[in-house]
Amino acid sequence: MSGAFSRIGRTFLRYLVKTAFLLLAVSIIAFALVSASPVDPVQQYVLGVGGVSPEQRLELEAYWGVNDPPVERYFTWLGALLRGDFGQSLLYRRPVIDIIAERFLNSLALMLCAWLFSGLIGFGLGCLMGMTRDRLPDKIIKQVCYILSSVPTFWLGLLLLLVFAVWLGWFPLGFSTPIGMLNEDVTLAQRLHHLFLPALTLSLMSFANIALHTRSKLVDVLESEYVLFARARGEGPGSILRRHGLRNVLLPALTLQFASFAELFGGSVMAENVFSYPGLGSAVAAAGLNSDVPLLLGITLFSALFVCVGNLTANILYGVVDPQIREEQP
Amino acid sequence: MKRHWNRRRKVVLYTVLMALVVLAAFAYGALIPESAAAPDFSQAKLPPSLAHPFGTDWLGRDLFLRTLKGLSVSLTVGVAASLISAVAAVLIGIAAATGSRAADGVITWIIDLVMGVPHTVLVILISFACGRGLKGLLAGIALTHWTGLARLIRAEVLQLRSQPYIAVSRRLGKSSGWILTRHLLPHLVPQFFVGLILMFPHAILHEASISFLGYGLPPEQPAIGIILAESMKYLSAGMWWLAVCPGLLLVAVVLLIDRLGENLRRIVDPYSAQE
Amino acid sequence: MNDKKPLLEISDLSVSFLMYDGSLERSSLQVISNLSLTVHPGEILAVAGSSGSGKSLLASAILGILPGNASVEGSMRYGGEPLTPERQKVLRGGEIALVPQSVAYLDPLMKVGRQADGHKKPRPTAERRALFRRFGLPEETEGLYPFQLSGGMARRVLVSTALLSNARLVIADEPTPGMSLDQAKEALRMFRDLADEGRSVILITHDIDLAFDFADRVAVFYAGTTVETAPAADFRRGPEALRHPYSRALWSALPQNGFTPIDGFQPYAGSLPAGCLFAPRCPLRTAACEAGTPPMRDIRGGEVRCIHAT
Repeated sequence: MSGAFSRIGRTFLRYLVKTAFLLLAVSIIAFALVSASPVDPVQQYVLGVGGVSPEQRLELEAYWGVNDPPVERYFTWLGALLRGDFGQSLLYRRPVIDIIAERFLNSLALMLCAWLFSGLIGFGLGCLMGMTRDRLPDKIIKQVCYILSSVPTFWLGLLLLLVFAVWLGWFPLGFSTPIGMLNEDVTLAQRLHHLFLPALTLSLMSFANIALHTRSKLVDVLESEYVLFARARGEGPGSILRRHGLRNVLLPALTLQFASFAELFGGSVMAENVFSYPGLGSAVAAAGLNSDVPLLLGITLFSALFVCVGNLTANILYGVVDPQIREEQP
Repeated sequence: MKRHWNRRRKVVLYTVLMALVVLAAFAYGALIPESAAAPDFSQAKLPPSLAHPFGTDWLGRDLFLRTLKGLSVSLTVGVAASLISAVAAVLIGIAAATGSRAADGVITWIIDLVMGVPHTVLVILISFACGRGLKGLLAGIALTHWTGLARLIRAEVLQLRSQPYIAVSRRLGKSSGWILTRHLLPHLVPQFFVGLILMFPHAILHEASISFLGYGLPPEQPAIGIILAESMKYLSAGMWWLAVCPGLLLVAVVLLIDRLGENLRRIVDPYSAQE
Repeated sequence: MNDKKPLLEISDLSVSFLMYDGSLERSSLQVISNLSLTVHPGEILAVAGSSGSGKSLLASAILGILPGNASVEGSMRYGGEPLTPERQKVLRGGEIALVPQSVAYLDPLMKVGRQADGHKKPRPTAERRALFRRFGLPEETEGLYPFQLSGGMARRVLVSTALLSNARLVIADEPTPGMSLDQAKEALRMFRDLADEGRSVILITHDIDLAFDFADRVAVFYAGTTVETAPAADFRRGPEALRHPYSRALWSALPQNGFTPIDGFQPYAGSLPAGCLFAPRCPLRTAACEAGTPPMRDIRGGEVRCIHAT
């Protein structure tokens, strides 16, 4: 087993370095982009906030290195970043890092629910499609998947909002907690209640991809030579699915789920905006609209990190579960 | 057995429908005088009817016409962004596959980089950088959609390069340019077109999403995303058609383009069926 | 050589596939036509013919695992009773077992020991271990994955799947490709042992000379049908002992017999000639040959489909 650990360790280390470089590059590009913007951060702050004392203005200018050439500004900012100072959000008037931490928990709850739900439903439906390929259940579900991929996330959210919140009144119209209640008083049930529609929206958008992918892998398995031999030995379809199908499609499905963190995050941006859910998604949209540069940059970096973690997990999984890789002695 | 809809006929059908839609969106949008889509308070807040297929909004504007106008914007942005993206993707893909190992490494790394940030966040960032107007929207979508096709083209060219007949051509003394045009291009051109058409739906959906968030165009110039964003305020007031109808049209158009692209792809490259 | 009742009798088996080409036309591809053969207990029947003549489909037809668009005509009897699809479902993997060609037929993500046991596990683990030992497989083999097996080990594992099921009829589909002569002989010796225990073996192969050496009877396969079935001794003796012109040509084409080919090639399933399938290439061809499929005749202890055979 030590061989496995050292191999995972090496993969991990390799990806850690890769991630660091990636984040560095993202920071450069993101900084370059916001610097190119015709919007002046300090000016925006002043406009948004109103009266700013000369000391505060000097502080801001120092943080942003407004009077320095761009490259120096970048390094100033990077230095601050590495010290943990992500700056102050212009919009919310709090440290960016606090906002990210807080909102990430909300977004995480949302994304986790959607990820689990879409993963399970997608995998199940994919298996169903594979086992009944070219028959009615397969055709119907396939059409549903295709149609869903042509539907924009936010419109689906709008529809769900309309039907379940406005017409039926089963769910609240938005936000993560009932309005006017103190945070400590909010129960888990209430949180889940508010979480449900956004999570459903996000799940419906993501399951199609994994369902179709699983179907394709399962069909490959069912048409393989080893399944033919299993049938020749008298194995029934249920047994074939359980003994041969699942283990051969589970890994691809799982890796796909981990590799789609980027789509998940993107979807949550839209879902959160429809339901005014206070997560990173709604924050980043607001940040862009209100020229809240520190927040924008902070969330960009964080989302890149999020995607990297997903990809890293996907790669490690493959190394751990696939015996052909596992048994290769280093 | 009525299996008359073989692939070719489907493609023709979809193309015709597509042409009709484009015609409707642009011609109708251009021909209809401003007055027909202008606010008319006497007709405000009407649900769908024969006179107003999509109903009217709170200002009395006919929603169907407004949606068509929005559709024309979405189509324009989608096509423009896709074209830029697709051309860039092909060039980058070819460059990666035919250049030096270092160039390939750099380009692959850049592709990973762009794919490492969620699409929507990147578009917001680029849009912000360009001042949040239409230019920003276009740039944002164009600069984020090229990665998939670039990877595909790169893989195709790499695979083609390793074919024996390429090596033979080189031995026969043919120049790289000749090999490119005679051998590689005939394979790549269909891929390019299919990739382009399949990119439209994504681009259009992204355009709608980003304008929904408030980037892109000012509210007077409607994009479907903006129409839908505005509709949110009136949902509780019972004006469901403001959200449902434009969305339905958008989905229908996107589906149409997607079906067209899929069928075209099956004709051009039957072995890449799934995925 | 055997007047015991036949274990498996196939008469006039025809298998065709329904295909839909691009423009909704239904066409039918005939891959096996009027095939007849019998297998007796304790004998090895070699089904010999060149690649691509549909021999593997014969195995699928017997087991009842042909693809969905296959259409089967003719009759098969097993142990004296008709072999219906329901019976096939019960028998396959149990009384009728397949020895597949290669490890590609094993699940790559499952350990070999578990796969040898099979899903029903008809024999306790101790017996399976004993069998592996008998085949000379090292202890750790049961914990290996298919991709880790060497060629010879794979061969033995695949045969063991059939043995563990206590099958009366073993169908070995192309067991020798990619093997050296020694390995191939060892593989065929295993089947010989099986036959000597009283089981029957259908050996589907294109290694024709090996077939002559190890089998009891040989059925010559051409273009989807059997043209001659004769004792293996006849094939060892030479062309005069053989009955069908194709068998003689096959014999002469072997490297050790002169390597003499004949003109033309085996017809494809889509373009079969009318009448005798070998007629277009046959030196004995007459007009009568194209009139209809020649019936199977008993001549000198063997069966042959040729109106000119002696």
